[in-house]
Amino acid sequence: MSMNNQGRPSGAGEAFPASIATISGDRGLDHEEQLIFELGHGATGVDLADVKVSDARLGGMRRKGEVGLPGLSEPEVVRHYVRLSRMNYAIDSGLYPLGSCTMKHNPRLNEKMARLPGFGDLHPLAPQSTTQGALELISQLMNWLTTLTGMPAVAMSPKAGAHGELCGLLAIRAAIAARGENRKRILVPESAHGTNPATAAFAGFTVDEVPAKPNGHVDAEALKAKLGPDVAAIMLTNPNTCGLFEGEIIDIAKAVHDAGAYFYCDGANFNAIAGKVRPGDLGIDAMHINLHKTFSTPHGGGGPGAGPVVLSERLAAYAPIPLLVADGKGLRLIEDMSAAPDGTKPFGRMCAFHGQMGMFVRALTYMLSHGRDGVRQASEDAVLSANYILASLKDVMSAPFGDGPCMHEALFDDSFLEGTGVTTLDFAKAMIDEGYHPMTMYFPLVVHGAMLIEPTESESKASLDRFIHVLHTLATEARAKQTERFAGAPHLAPRRRLDETAAARKPVLRWKPEALKAAAE
Amino acid sequence: MSEVRYTDQHEWIRLDGEEATVGITKYAAESLGDVVFVELPASGKTVAAGGEAAVVESVKAASDIYAPVGGMVTGANSVLEKEPSKVNEDPEGAGWFFKMKLSDKAEFAKLMDATAYGKFVESL
Amino acid sequence: MRYLPLTPDDRRAMLAKIGASDVDALFRDVPKPALAPLSVFNLPDTQGEMEVERALSKLAAKNVAAGAAPFFCGAGAYKHHVPSSVDHLIQRSEFLTSYTPYQPEIAQGTLQYLFEFQTQVALLTGMEVANASLYDGSTATAEAVLMAQRITKRGKAILSGGLHPHYAETVETVAGLFGPMTRSPVTPGSAEDIIALIDDETACVVVQSPDVFGLIRNLKPIADAAHAKGALLIAVVTEVVSLGLLEPPGAQGADIVAAEGQSIGNGLNFGGPYVGLFATREKFLRQMPGRLCGETVDAEGRRGYVLTLSTREQHIRREKATSNICTNSGLCTLAFTIHLSLLGEEGLTRLARINHAKASALADKLAALRGVDVVTPAFFNEFTVKLPKPAAPVVEALAAKGVIAGVPASRLLPHDKGVANLLILAATETNTDDDFAALTKALQEIL
Repeated sequence: MSMNNQGRPSGAGEAFPASIATISGDRGLDHEEQLIFELGHGATGVDLADVKVSDARLGGMRRKGEVGLPGLSEPEVVRHYVRLSRMNYAIDSGLYPLGSCTMKHNPRLNEKMARLPGFGDLHPLAPQSTTQGALELISQLMNWLTTLTGMPAVAMSPKAGAHGELCGLLAIRAAIAARGENRKRILVPESAHGTNPATAAFAGFTVDEVPAKPNGHVDAEALKAKLGPDVAAIMLTNPNTCGLFEGEIIDIAKAVHDAGAYFYCDGANFNAIAGKVRPGDLGIDAMHINLHKTFSTPHGGGGPGAGPVVLSERLAAYAPIPLLVADGKGLRLIEDMSAAPDGTKPFGRMCAFHGQMGMFVRALTYMLSHGRDGVRQASEDAVLSANYILASLKDVMSAPFGDGPCMHEALFDDSFLEGTGVTTLDFAKAMIDEGYHPMTMYFPLVVHGAMLIEPTESESKASLDRFIHVLHTLATEARAKQTERFAGAPHLAPRRRLDETAAARKPVLRWKPEALKAAAE
Repeated sequence: MSEVRYTDQHEWIRLDGEEATVGITKYAAESLGDVVFVELPASGKTVAAGGEAAVVESVKAASDIYAPVGGMVTGANSVLEKEPSKVNEDPEGAGWFFKMKLSDKAEFAKLMDATAYGKFVESL
Repeated sequence: MRYLPLTPDDRRAMLAKIGASDVDALFRDVPKPALAPLSVFNLPDTQGEMEVERALSKLAAKNVAAGAAPFFCGAGAYKHHVPSSVDHLIQRSEFLTSYTPYQPEIAQGTLQYLFEFQTQVALLTGMEVANASLYDGSTATAEAVLMAQRITKRGKAILSGGLHPHYAETVETVAGLFGPMTRSPVTPGSAEDIIALIDDETACVVVQSPDVFGLIRNLKPIADAAHAKGALLIAVVTEVVSLGLLEPPGAQGADIVAAEGQSIGNGLNFGGPYVGLFATREKFLRQMPGRLCGETVDAEGRRGYVLTLSTREQHIRREKATSNICTNSGLCTLAFTIHLSLLGEEGLTRLARINHAKASALADKLAALRGVDVVTPAFFNEFTVKLPKPAAPVVEALAAKGVIAGVPASRLLPHDKGVANLLILAATETNTDDDFAALTKALQEIL
């Protein structure tokens, strides 16, 4: 089809060959973008007065040299970041089937509420009489978290899920020390997320792995056999990282408690059961909740997160400072360990100030919007969607535990790719060309070439059907050894596959001013 | 006359008189993929058979290398600091990891020989 | 519910494909007693945007925002003006709703800004290499101590009395598991003799500058003394704008810098989320916690960026990882780097000078008040005054008069009788002469 002079389509014509090089190196709306250090020096994007200051009060520590920063005007800076943004995939652009990450919709109302000056422009150490609304919000959020989980207490300060795991384990460590015991071993399933054993080591424990059974569940008998007077705790994820609910969990919890140990639950998969099952009813002692997973606070390209930890009666007394208490005059933060209420013995402090207030506002906004019925419906839809994907793909993709239902995520392995020359990695990179972010790969470690798919409740049926169709076709082609799509994928993304070996062998972790001199030569 | 033995952790150990050289096998190097970094033991370090002696890192994995027999480390292959790729290029030659003196030669004799190791790899 | 796209018809069709009678059939592995009915959750039901906004606005209105009153709080969190472009840009979908850049081909936006951020942090701190951010300054300090313990194979850490008490408590909670934590004396307005405490068992000395009382410290002698004993110097910075006017820790011999980046790009947010900056020397690279972004090329030879040296991290090294960290500060990191890009060399240095000039002017005005002494001889934008009576009740009284007058030292050190009359005040480019007048007038009425 070609265009006449008025721009009206008229008749057939030739297509512009995709292989023709452009003069600029950019292609249509796809712009390349240099580093800010390469873009410009000497301009400024803010207007500030040029004030001279004497050395009198600088203690002889005035900066001698330049910082070395570039200088750009506002339009240049805005364009730089807008162009960078356009090289990113995002939930707002497409489905993210990342198992264990819960990439659900991030409502914009949450952003608006977090930016109310009464929340966003509030100093953590302002007089507490001037921050009562913030304390009330935290209190309301604590109520939602304890009610949904059926637990009596919650520690709010951890800054992320892994930080919450540390908080939980330090509470357990304090509880054991308070009993005068010395238990050093923590049992962790081999299917656990890497943060579990890392955190256990961080908290001064040794890690003992519990095997999984061939059906993907933790081996409860092996677990019980490992219990003993030197075991401090077990760390389980439920639903587990294979996407299955651990049906023996109540039984396991009882055995753990009978052995004098504690039960830490990784709450990463709470989205499968929120509003339907209360982890407190299962016998857990501590569980972190990823507000950036289950409660929609944005992933922001890697953070910030928030990981409040719900605690059982056995552990509540050891929650770290600050503690939020209500007295006759209002709400108050207790920031001094020796001022902790009678019967409590905080193990310490996880971080400065009080926790991720910005994420608290967003999470509470989500909770108030959904209501208890919406939260429950979201969990049911998340589980329904994952099972829909499992049922639609298991005829062509190998699902090691596909005989029964999954929870909110469906696990496949690479058996279906055996002999095809296509690996899990190739399969995932081909998805990129199809306009999808790959699913979680090579995790959990208990199956070979794992592919873990979690659609969340935010996808329409039409979206799920499109996704299923693409994966079904890719799998069918791979099995038929039609490997054209997979070899060297992705072809259509802003970058082809990147040389990660070179990046690790000769790390270049910053721009250096010498590069500018070398470029000028 | 040197002898080579193998472990089920895919390490090889070559005994030349009193000193032994240790590295990882071709099978291990291939499984790891591109090696990006090797953490080698210091001279003088005492190791037990099966104890951690070194760490080899690829882009996506880090593996512990265990001492095949007990003894004392006498030297390490400093070439690997600048060129970890040697492990992929020549794992059973120039890509060696460290040298050691054995504390008990009997431990060496108990390890798999080339034929046994070959069979072991086939069974995987 | 507006966020849930599935309709009843959709659900029916999906159940049919699965072959399940109802959705509860999918929860068959859950023990029956554990399936909770909706009634057990004593929580409100779904609400529309308007109702939710109304409820939250009511809570927000019960707080006194920093911008709503003459405001002088610092002590680890500082009010600065963030240009409008910053908040606008970080809310772009592709930044706000994207994931960690584990698939670099479709995450070059995130990876490139992380590379730029790492460069900016290294330049600001005068260090060789920086990571892609940690949660905040306090946890960054704890990670620095753990790193020093690993490198030196020693456990003892000496924490300066000028280190923010929340930071010291965080370090003690986490690193105290692996070695003794000692605090040197608290000497507001002067540098304590921390060198005398360094011995052959010391892994690291942790010194904050400007310190919690605002005092600018000279780190070089401490660095030299630490190195002489085989220990490392960890420099902590809680007000990063100070690096636009003061000698950076890297030029004074620091081995690791742990800093709070909140001042640039990020609002006060009642304490979080903030952004931890972490920088060190190249020789310590493999011991560094947190994410790292590195430069490389793609299959067509084009420059690109990837997360690298991941084998230090939890998802690979598991119990032998350098840290258990999974997230970084993402959007807060982006806000920092955009704001710093807008400031540039000239903007940052001007901003720093304005801050010092404001604080200097305020110090003069307060020193002129009867009974008020300025305790800090050298400071950036924050200093401490000694009042003739305990500072905490004074601050409450000033709040009742509509002035947020700073942080009483007793809030951070409740058991130190010697600091009861001390008030820590910060003045930034956001403070006006009217603010100063309101403060001095109200203070005179109360004292």
